[in-house]
Amino acid sequence: MAERTVRVVVAKPGLDGHDRGAKIVARALRDAGFEVIYTGLHQTPEQIVATALQEDADAIGLSVLSGAHNYLFRRVLELLKEKGAEDIAVFGGGIIPPEDIVGLKAVGVKALFTPGTSTQDIVRFVRDNVRAVV
Amino acid sequence: MSGKREWEERTVKPFVERTPERAVRFESLSGIPVERLYTPEDLADRTYEERLGYPGEYPFTRGVYPTMYRGRLWTMRMFAGFGRPEDTNARFKYLLEQGQTGLSTAFDMPALMGYDADHPRSRGEVGKEGVSISTLDDFERLFADIPLGEVTTSMTINCTASVALAMYLALAEKQGVAWDRVGGTMQNDMLKEFIAQKEWICPPEPAVRIVTDMIEFTAKHVPRFNPVSISGYHIREAGATAVQELAFTLADGLGYVDAACARGLDVDSFAPRLSFFFDIHNDFFEEIAKLRAARRMWARFMKERYGARKPESMRLRTHTQTAGVSATAQQPLNNVARVALQALAAVLGGAQSLHTNSYDETWALPTEDAVTVALRTQQVIAEETNVALTIDPLGGSYYLEALTDRMEAAALAYIRRIDAMGGMIRAIDAGFPQKEIADAAYRYQLMDDRGEKVVVGVNRYAMLEEQPINYLRIDESVELEQIERVRAFKAARDTARVERRLKQLAEACRDGRNVMPVLIDAVKDYVSLGEVSDVYRQVFGLYREPIIF
Repeated sequence: MAERTVRVVVAKPGLDGHDRGAKIVARALRDAGFEVIYTGLHQTPEQIVATALQEDADAIGLSVLSGAHNYLFRRVLELLKEKGAEDIAVFGGGIIPPEDIVGLKAVGVKALFTPGTSTQDIVRFVRDNVRAVV
Repeated sequence: MSGKREWEERTVKPFVERTPERAVRFESLSGIPVERLYTPEDLADRTYEERLGYPGEYPFTRGVYPTMYRGRLWTMRMFAGFGRPEDTNARFKYLLEQGQTGLSTAFDMPALMGYDADHPRSRGEVGKEGVSISTLDDFERLFADIPLGEVTTSMTINCTASVALAMYLALAEKQGVAWDRVGGTMQNDMLKEFIAQKEWICPPEPAVRIVTDMIEFTAKHVPRFNPVSISGYHIREAGATAVQELAFTLADGLGYVDAACARGLDVDSFAPRLSFFFDIHNDFFEEIAKLRAARRMWARFMKERYGARKPESMRLRTHTQTAGVSATAQQPLNNVARVALQALAAVLGGAQSLHTNSYDETWALPTEDAVTVALRTQQVIAEETNVALTIDPLGGSYYLEALTDRMEAAALAYIRRIDAMGGMIRAIDAGFPQKEIADAAYRYQLMDDRGEKVVVGVNRYAMLEEQPINYLRIDESVELEQIERVRAFKAARDTARVERRLKQLAEACRDGRNVMPVLIDAVKDYVSLGEVSDVYRQVFGLYREPIIF
């Protein structure tokens, strides 16, 4: 069976308006050949999961710079589980302190990228870790 | 042939043939080509008086005050806010004890987006990126024991700035401080929210109308208050170049002046209280040039376009902050060096106030230790380096003046395009500044990724093993406690009064009356920030952003 293009939802959960990183990552993933859906700002976890399901996403990239990562990432994972969509890989980035990175990875976040990360590292992560869910 | 060309032929050419330069082309962070050398020939097109003039006089290129830092140093204003109001109150008191000279308040995301702490959309965000504020009760705790007649306070708040101003003035009244003694600044720059910071409630037109209400109200009743801080900071942090920051910020300023004049206000009645806020990034001379160009351009616009007569109306006073976006999570102590150099550029650029970022902010909100180093950096510049002894010490530098001219010309070209679109609101509707910034941000990131732009400690001189740093943790219980308190406080209010105030506010919004008098009465009856925002949502509708990336 031919593999289709990997689809990634890039989302800004919560009330945070810092979207430079999310937009850059969305564009870098698109330029690398992935299909990218950018949700825009101020999305609730419910809206993000609904978008991911509707778009048949293989991964969700969350960008949070407001300190609300512990709640928002966990809530997205919870909702995916409720919908039986745990195969959608969740990764993200933002202002996230080291011990929160450890905690979030322990509950299932696949990767977290902090300021200074090259977009190429993020592209590589998606290429190596995300498969199109058929 | 010019002297410079002769020198190139005679001396440089044979030398470069043997010893090539480090690059074929040198350019500033904004992509402005930088020549090998600048001489008086580069400045021959304008006279000293046209280009520079004298400090405290039109066109203010060299500084807005006649004595600049010889009279008074810039205000050292560290931005602070986290947790419950009492947590931030303690940080305020600490900073004042450490020699800080003005307060600057960071609000949390719910307050910035118009939600109370107990709203479901606030979950996970209460007190995280700033202080949590829902009612006047929170404001009273935030400024407990701080005399509002003596300290000036800056507040970084925009779509809900009208509520914060109402609460601040209500609190001043409670402290027995007359409004004409209250000084401070509301960021309240909604145009740049749509362009860059992206915290909004309603669409640009009603948003600017509320800003205009505040400009009108403070001009009449709170004359020492700056009702708007026209901000390039967020535009730059969103990825704009220095030229775009300069252009879009001034264009936003022109937008407010247009709106206030359209309301029938005399330009000289409000323009002296418009203030600015610029980012100070890594490119040392470019940042200094930017501030000087901004002053000259604003003075010309105010005089020529709006016919301002008072010199104070033409004077661009600005707050500055070192560039958060330039800080790296890797080798975080390197940020101390970046901040020191950026802060020096702000001072050499003639800023009126300065916030220096803390080295740990790529990880979390800053610890007290990190904030102290950042404040001490300013104190070292102010009191050890002697750069503040004379006014505009770099004025007359051939390079700096040529760069100032160049940035002015490039920014003017942008402003003409925005004028041609019908002004900034129309340009925002068309997605123009948003797209320009997103493109610049992406180009910058690619340069970074390819190593074309060196980031010390990241794409050069990286270390595999890094020492972990200490960072500020905000206990999760803070959120739950604040939610409970707000809930209980709201439940104990006189709900009939609250309802009546909200109805009055909705009427003022619909009738086009100035909302400020109603709002001040409303917050005194403990109407909350979220409730006011709900009225704005109902009357004006929600803003939906165009998705541009």
